Amino acid sequence: MTKQGRVSAPGALSGPVAGGDSAATVTAEPENTLLPGEPLRDLALRHGLKQTAIRPPLRGYAGELWQRRYFITGFATARNIAMYTEARLGQLWQVLTPLLNAGVYYLIFGLLLGTSRGVPDYISFLVTGVFVFNFTQRAFITSSTVIRDTLPLIRALYFPRACLPLGYVLIELQQLILSFAVLFVIVLVAGEPITPYWLLIFPVLVLQSVFNVGCGLILARWGASIDDVSQLLPFIVRTWMYTSGVLFSLETLTLTIHGKLHDHPTLAYLLQINPAAVYITLVRYALLAKYRGSLPGAKPYNAHNCGLYRLFSGKYPSYSAYCHPTTLPSIPSLWLYGAGWALVVAVVGFLFFWRAEARYGRG
Amino acid sequence: MVVVDDLHVVYRVYGSNADKGTAATALLRMIKRQRRPSIREVHAIRGISFVAYRGDAVGVIGRNGSGKSTLLRAIAGLLPSEQGAVYTDGHGALLGVNAALLEDLTGERNVVLGCLAMGMTTQETKEAKPRIVEFSGVGDFINLPMKAYSTGMGARLRFAIASAKSHDILLVDEALATGDAEFQRKSHARIDELRARAGTVFLVAHNLAEIAETCNRIIWLEKGQIVKAGDDVPGILDEYLVASGGVARFVEAAATAGYPSGPVT
Repeated sequence: MTKQGRVSAPGALSGPVAGGDSAATVTAEPENTLLPGEPLRDLALRHGLKQTAIRPPLRGYAGELWQRRYFITGFATARNIAMYTEARLGQLWQVLTPLLNAGVYYLIFGLLLGTSRGVPDYISFLVTGVFVFNFTQRAFITSSTVIRDTLPLIRALYFPRACLPLGYVLIELQQLILSFAVLFVIVLVAGEPITPYWLLIFPVLVLQSVFNVGCGLILARWGASIDDVSQLLPFIVRTWMYTSGVLFSLETLTLTIHGKLHDHPTLAYLLQINPAAVYITLVRYALLAKYRGSLPGAKPYNAHNCGLYRLFSGKYPSYSAYCHPTTLPSIPSLWLYGAGWALVVAVVGFLFFWRAEARYGRG
Repeated sequence: MVVVDDLHVVYRVYGSNADKGTAATALLRMIKRQRRPSIREVHAIRGISFVAYRGDAVGVIGRNGSGKSTLLRAIAGLLPSEQGAVYTDGHGALLGVNAALLEDLTGERNVVLGCLAMGMTTQETKEAKPRIVEFSGVGDFINLPMKAYSTGMGARLRFAIASAKSHDILLVDEALATGDAEFQRKSHARIDELRARAGTVFLVAHNLAEIAETCNRIIWLEKGQIVKAGDDVPGILDEYLVASGGVARFVEAAATAGYPSGPVT
């Protein structure tokens, strides 16, 4: 590579601008000997340079991301360990937090408000719902602040920024695995048997993780530019929880005569196919034998027993199995919805995040 | 190699007006569908052009607010250009004054994660780790969270991490100023090494002697524009000193002490 000679910029005449505030008015042409004789753009292209602050091509980006997989896992693990270092009980909080959550909801919704009516084995039903929803909830809320949280790292080193929301979802997945250990103990104590259906939990959690990654990428981009997102998000997520059948059974609300959704079959259907409800229902289906046995359609149609359920769901909680409603999605269709949500949201989220790649860390 | 072609950078700053603070005015603005009135544009870089080649160490001088840090962030690809462009042949690592990368993690974790983030493999990271820790000289502190570090120690570890990989471009923004004499000597050696490996180094420093020792080219900024740029490092430093009300000393010092003033090749 040849270094250029001292080619002065056109009209370079002025000496240094002397002292004090007069430097504010640099009117004369600056003296710059770091300029070659040819147009700079041509020079850059001739040397095969690339423009900075523009986003990388999609394929290359995906490749770089894959190359950083150890960074993503290392980042998640390190963050997870550091999360509770300042608490006296330390890592115990990873298990305590979901337990306390479930305890509070049980106190309010199980004992005080009596939403347990129409659900056999309400505690297992509730705790499963809370833990599964908590995974999505935490992934959402932490992803929305990920770019702000890691600004010093982003500003110091170059790496594909999608590593960060991916790492955050991975943190939540690691926490989820711990809470599931707790969950298994709870449902075993509650008298649920271990069945081969339990294996279905893995594919559900894979789908849910993919869905969370997609949403995490979208929220990370929004949260990076608009702080209002992370302020608003807890309220949105909480509303979502109440409408996704975490605390009460959407099936019961639809089937029973006095159920709030009884006269709104379309709304009931839409609520049941929303991603959170889909993943929660599928995990409950896999984990809880009593729930599986009481799902509408689990037993041959029986108008008498179904009628009993519709009128007295509190007394005959498992008779919902004798009802064969057309307004509730079947388990196979829930699997399709679960896979569909995961795939669509992941692709959209990845593209959406990638499009702003060059803008993260500017602040 | 870095080509900066007529670069303009504009910051948009929110919330600069004092009168917009209340919730009521914010609500009224939303009802009227107005934009936030308080967005102020700061034209930080106003048309800068230069070329820096492989093996160059470019010093950037100028008073506070003249656009030095902005220029470095634009070269690192962290700021969008309003007009013009920056062309580089690799990704830069930017070292600023803030002390930590991930401050709630230990120094050791930061080393490992920093290496992996830069794209090193697990094997390379394992090999590089002892060297980085040794170079940083933080000693037993390596097992403490980085928020427990002093500013100087944080800067040392950051520099050690970022310079572990042979970056094509290293951008150092006052990151060496907080280090002690021993570290400054070590970091200068590392910068020379990097230049010898055909990297390009940018150095922002208010310690002009540091620029004189390290750099073969220099850019003097004022209000986002180049006042002077060239190879005559002592000469331009002296003019800058005189312009800031000081006394010229670098040309003389270069003649006696033999500071490198030409390109090191």
